[in-house]
Amino acid sequence: MKISTLFYTIKQGIANIFRNKWYSLASIATISACLFLFGLFYAIVANFQHMLLTAEEGVSVTVYFHDEGDTCGEHAEGMIPTEERIDEIGQQIAARVEVSDVKFHSDDEAWATFGPEYFGEDYAVGFPENPLEGMDSYEVFLSDVSLQDTLVTWLKSLPEVRKVNYSEVTANTLSGMNMLIAYMSLGIIVILLAVSIFLISNTVTIGIAVRKEEINIMKYIGATDFFVRAPFVLEGMLIGLVGAAIPLGLIYALYNYVLNYMLERFTMLSTLLNFLSLEEIFRVLAPVSLLVGVGIGFFGSIVTVRKHLRV
Amino acid sequence: MSKKEYLREQREKMIREEGIIFLDHVSKSYSTGAPALDDVTLHIGKGEFVFIVGDSGSGKSTLIKLLLRELVASDGSVFVMGHNLAKLKHRQIPKFRRNLGVVFQDFRLLNDRNVYENVAFAQRIVETPVSEIRRNVPAILATVGLAGKYKAKTKRLSGGEQQRVALARALINNPSILLADEPTGNLDPKNSWEIMKLLEEINEQGTTVVVVTHNREIVNAMQKRVVTMKKGVIVSDEEEGAYIDED
Repeated sequence: MKISTLFYTIKQGIANIFRNKWYSLASIATISACLFLFGLFYAIVANFQHMLLTAEEGVSVTVYFHDEGDTCGEHAEGMIPTEERIDEIGQQIAARVEVSDVKFHSDDEAWATFGPEYFGEDYAVGFPENPLEGMDSYEVFLSDVSLQDTLVTWLKSLPEVRKVNYSEVTANTLSGMNMLIAYMSLGIIVILLAVSIFLISNTVTIGIAVRKEEINIMKYIGATDFFVRAPFVLEGMLIGLVGAAIPLGLIYALYNYVLNYMLERFTMLSTLLNFLSLEEIFRVLAPVSLLVGVGIGFFGSIVTVRKHLRV
Repeated sequence: MSKKEYLREQREKMIREEGIIFLDHVSKSYSTGAPALDDVTLHIGKGEFVFIVGDSGSGKSTLIKLLLRELVASDGSVFVMGHNLAKLKHRQIPKFRRNLGVVFQDFRLLNDRNVYENVAFAQRIVETPVSEIRRNVPAILATVGLAGKYKAKTKRLSGGEQQRVALARALINNPSILLADEPTGNLDPKNSWEIMKLLEEINEQGTTVVVVTHNREIVNAMQKRVVTMKKGVIVSDEEEGAYIDED
């Protein structure tokens, strides 16, 4: 292709947008509306998932070991672990896929935290010895709360383990919500896609009516399929690009405003709700929206033109 | 090679070398109703001026569509400028059409562009250098009498002027054949005559001209070859013929 033909194609692609300004506006509005809904939905879901993830990161399982001084009665041989064995178990726990982090708390550390919390600063006066002696423990953080059961079953199977503290309700609730959001996201994305395709195909049908004659003329006087198609495809991609940029701009302008409004209005929620920053949202939303917009424009225009190329 | 195959090859060779239009026992049927063309054989030589006349439904439009390779014959062969059109692949059609100039009754101009752009478009698709387009377009517009109107939007032109633009577009790539489908159908007598004069001048310069028309007065006055069609068949084909009445 000659350079002059390339420039002509680009020029025609841009000129087409203005020649058929109502069609262009309708297409841009359709794509914008669909992608705005998509962006809005993504921002909500991403924040929700982020909050869940933060909550999940806080979920931990505490493991206690048998000790001579504990209350579980007589111990069989080998049930009371040595310090080396506790270290070894710690390494085994850390190596498991369900685990994201393991923290060892010695009985002294546990008393140093627990004492002042429950008995005030002068706690040591009343307790000359550590009442939690022999209560060495591991605090295990999960990589995925839905795997808590597997981890707990394994921990309980270790003969040295006396007790495993965990919250089934918290894990199940978080895991359930995660699933719910995943299914809801999928459902809403499918609906949004279906609506988008319906709206865009309607707009494309209008486009066909406008363009049929023009494509026919071009074909009659010997234009190749490429020559006919190229300006239309460029036009479609530009429309898609603008159609994607508008909702991104809107979300960019609205996001921080809505966030600040919510945090001001519901101050008590500010400690609980941990929102994603605009940059974090845009890191995914911007490329996806632009790609979808340009993709819709590209394929939409190819479909529109292809029907009339067989002249 | 069988005798039949040898004869066919010889005939195709002759057609290629002569550079003419040749319909060899051509029929065209649509899914419903009687065939639009029924066993039509027509030979048009290089540089001829031919009128194709007939009432609605006689098969004239189907004939033009076959020559443009918009349709493919159901039976028989259509040769244009040495191409057997049935054998032409989709990607070869644009190149074939660039040797044909086409003019329609409804002009078929790009109405959102000006006169210059409409005519230049035909040169852009054959990738003529811009400098040449700038030279050629004003020249051809002068030939069809529209030298001063190159900036005008086609919508603002009269019917006669619009047909001249269509004619300029059809001629700018120096086609071997000019097909005109009812070129005067939307024009008043004065403009009709002017368009026909232009077609005659083009023909005198060597271009084969095929005109499908209803215009009895023009056909009778111009004393050219007249092919009359009726219900998909050629009922008469006369040199210096006249428009035959149906009744």
